[in-house]
Amino acid sequence: MLSDYLPILIMLVAASAIGIGGAVISWVAGPKQPSANKAMAYESGMIPVGTARIRFPVKFYLVAMLFIIFDVEIVFFYPWAVVYKQLHLFGFVEMLVFIGVFAVGYIYIWKKGALDWK
Amino acid sequence: MPDLSNLPYEQAIFYLVSALAVGCALAMILSKNAVHAALFMVANFGLVAVLYLLLRASFIATIQVIVYAGAIMVLFLFVIMMLNVQEADPRSSRGPQDRLFTLGSLAPLLGLGLLGALAYVALGVKQPAATSGGLVFANIQDVGALLFTRYLYPFEITSLLLLVAMIGAVVLAKRR
Repeated sequence: MLSDYLPILIMLVAASAIGIGGAVISWVAGPKQPSANKAMAYESGMIPVGTARIRFPVKFYLVAMLFIIFDVEIVFFYPWAVVYKQLHLFGFVEMLVFIGVFAVGYIYIWKKGALDWK
Repeated sequence: MPDLSNLPYEQAIFYLVSALAVGCALAMILSKNAVHAALFMVANFGLVAVLYLLLRASFIATIQVIVYAGAIMVLFLFVIMMLNVQEADPRSSRGPQDRLFTLGSLAPLLGLGLLGALAYVALGVKQPAATSGGLVFANIQDVGALLFTRYLYPFEITSLLLLVAMIGAVVLAKRR
């Protein structure tokens, strides 16, 4: 059964080999003659100013957080859908309660304007 | 039922993956660069997914990759970007983050509590879950059959937990 995952392992090894191999070969085989002109930004490239690690607006965080919460909600749907026929009405009501709690939160974030991008 | 014919070979995988997972966890804690720490965390999540596969919990392993390694990681990177974490030693900077580090000093206590709980559970288990036969968590049908009958209350309580997370995120992020 575990051998079912052998293709994934092979793909992982092949992808890593190509990625790491490319970087290593170009580092080993490539000529290294740095000069001041080569270190300059290309044609219309700008000279970097400050750090790349700047603060991002918090609304990105809100979108990411809400995405993950609803992502986790959807995850619960997969096993539910698979065993739905065995659960009959009980499973349906169960999921309605689950979604009902989420609907409260959904209405809350909607009314709070958390879904508006402004 | 799990086949136990290739047990030594699986044990080798288990020890290799466990050692790598612990190594990644340590590297995550010890690395000064916050983005490197986040990447080590992704590697750790992936290795833990392999451990789930060794327990024959294929659905849990898939969810581990999709939810943790994918979604949670996006969130961590956002937090790192927003908090503007520098590579410097945070203990040397005494600024507006002071309150955060006072809260952070509670973390070892919480960690010890978690360790204690895990040790309590681990000592209570008589044999590995994969061979106990009672609770089969192998595929998506088993997860569904258990989650929506025996573990009905934890399932419904999860929705409340996620509701709290939703409201918490909005309250924190929408404050001007």
